[in-house]
Amino acid sequence: MTTTQLISVIDSEGRVAKEEHSLSKEELLHCYRTMIMVRAFDDVCLKLQRSGRIGFSIPNKGVEATQVGAASALAKTDWIFPSYRDFGMALYHGVTPLEMMHNMFGNGADTSQGRQMPVHFSFLDPIRFVSISSPIGTHIPQAVGAAQAMKLRGEKHVALASFGDGGTSSLGFHSGLNFAGVWKSPVVFLCQNNQWAISCPSSEQTGSDGFAVKGEAYGIPGVQVDGNDLLAVRKTVLAAVERARRGEGSTLIEAVTYRMGGHSTSDDPTRYVPKEELERWAKKDPIARFEKYLQRSGYWTPELGQRVMQEALEAVSAAARAAEQTPPPKLESVFTDVYRDLPAHLRKQGQEAFELASRKGDASAGDGKFPL
Amino acid sequence: MATLTLLQAVNDGLKTAMRKDPSVVVFGEDVGPKGGVFLATEGLTKEFGKERCFDTPLSEDGIVGTAIGMALNGLKPVVEIQFQDFIYPAFDQIVSEAAKFRYRSGGQYSVPMVIRTPYGGGIRGGLYHSQSGEAYFCHTPGLKVVIPSTPHDAKGLLLAAIADPDPVLFLEPKALYRSVKGEVPEHEYAVELSKLRTVREGTAVTVFAYGAMIPVCQKAAEQAAVEKGIECTIVDLRTLLPLDEEGVLEFAKRTGRVVVVHEAPRFCGFGGEISALIAEHAMEYMEAPIVRVAGFDTPFPNTLEHHYMPDARRVLDAIERVASF
Repeated sequence: MTTTQLISVIDSEGRVAKEEHSLSKEELLHCYRTMIMVRAFDDVCLKLQRSGRIGFSIPNKGVEATQVGAASALAKTDWIFPSYRDFGMALYHGVTPLEMMHNMFGNGADTSQGRQMPVHFSFLDPIRFVSISSPIGTHIPQAVGAAQAMKLRGEKHVALASFGDGGTSSLGFHSGLNFAGVWKSPVVFLCQNNQWAISCPSSEQTGSDGFAVKGEAYGIPGVQVDGNDLLAVRKTVLAAVERARRGEGSTLIEAVTYRMGGHSTSDDPTRYVPKEELERWAKKDPIARFEKYLQRSGYWTPELGQRVMQEALEAVSAAARAAEQTPPPKLESVFTDVYRDLPAHLRKQGQEAFELASRKGDASAGDGKFPL
Repeated sequence: MATLTLLQAVNDGLKTAMRKDPSVVVFGEDVGPKGGVFLATEGLTKEFGKERCFDTPLSEDGIVGTAIGMALNGLKPVVEIQFQDFIYPAFDQIVSEAAKFRYRSGGQYSVPMVIRTPYGGGIRGGLYHSQSGEAYFCHTPGLKVVIPSTPHDAKGLLLAAIADPDPVLFLEPKALYRSVKGEVPEHEYAVELSKLRTVREGTAVTVFAYGAMIPVCQKAAEQAAVEKGIECTIVDLRTLLPLDEEGVLEFAKRTGRVVVVHEAPRFCGFGGEISALIAEHAMEYMEAPIVRVAGFDTPFPNTLEHHYMPDARRVLDAIERVASF
């Protein structure tokens, strides 16, 4: 059931043995532009963080093909339960850089009202990109539950749960795969083995030979795919999605890739990542590989590449400027959305907080009264 | 009206909800054909099919985690944790996930679900079939914590919990499952959450309690009245979170003498919150120190559980001390 041979489509020179996809030129270029947008987003956020304008970000460099290849296999009616390093999945489906920047700045237009740290996105449209939390692996059984609801209603949708190699050590990985195996839930488990869980190499997360084999014990097929090969990731996730839609249950996919940046902007990977390892993987850059493939197909030139990156940087920078100028959340947002209806004790606490802030002159509720 | 045990009332509440709302699904360990270890889900799989009442693998984290996913996606899960003592593998899912989804997503995602679980001592269950962990969960904004003490409330509060738009932890006093009976309407009704109930009225002392401690307090209050001429008010808090704070303060002020009773350990127990609330907002009405009667700050013993759990003797002693201060 478990395929231990690494699935790949595009070789290091951008060659494809035979065209195995039905993507149009425009669709291929959308994948490309999305990967470039992720990289531009990374660059801008790093500068924002280093200059103290945002507090935190998560670099995606190196794993863009896994994110975008996987996202391209999903329909808008499917659900994504993302990890914190899945910017490309949201962007691919049409979440805008501005919507994401609102979250990075934690402003009043952020979907979570600045309640979460940057990068903890939550989007309902144009695809369910389910609110991210920081504990690792908790979203895995949740994805199974959401998928099981689809199955119980007779829908043909799927849920995709994305997590890293470190995530396979969590309680949620075990319970999620175990339930999905028993229930045959229409869920795709995407393990992005990017080789590092903060400072711990993947060899310290498991004694098994890779992560795909872990599906076997749950009665779930496991496959390994070259995560730096967008077409291979797309093909593999698509097969798992179609299998799930046919009612045949879930699949565990291990995308073998590499985190070329730090865990976060608070992390210094030069303290633990061997230089030679990074150099070796830099030669396998997923965007460079896709460019070679596009060039062989006659869809790409270095000029086009420069233009796409320039446009992406301008779009992300403009989004950052707009988000920075958007006012912070109102004080009342501390107290709302705890429950659907505001309970009496929170009304009272909110009122007290507002009155204190008013006396100090830093209340931000619109009309001078605590509007709850 | 039918006369039901508290356990039968829970079962009746589940059936009532499932008949009304096809999105209600019930699952957990052994809740399917067996009907649960206490038989709270008896007959559900038979009446509603295994798509709506089913067994799960033995994993509390999996039960609550998948329930959250279902709740996010339009179902109304009512899951059972076999004993409250076993809930802790799901603590992360309850505290970090279910209770925070609405807040962290600005209302985009919410988790309307109910986690039912039997709690408390009195069945010779030892350390791991007897605990009262309500205080851990009452420290969690976004969660609701509900504890019935009568068959009428068990059904009505359960139906209110299932209809609630937010996650509810529904703690069932297992010691009362079969030991209390009462009239329960056959139709659908709801007992409003966050509203306390007056069990008994008296002018000398106010006793706050919930769950399995209510009959214990009733016995103590009867003895106080008959033997000492002390008339007590007993207040059943019913919902611990969000608490009916105004109600607590009103009944504390009426007598100025307060006893709080629970079987969970005293230190950082829910009684501390009641005491602090009254001290902060009604200190000037108090005629005596607020006294807590609680489980000891020890694990829950098996053979000597009757010494650990507050009984009428200990509650009566506290009532007398507070009344004569």
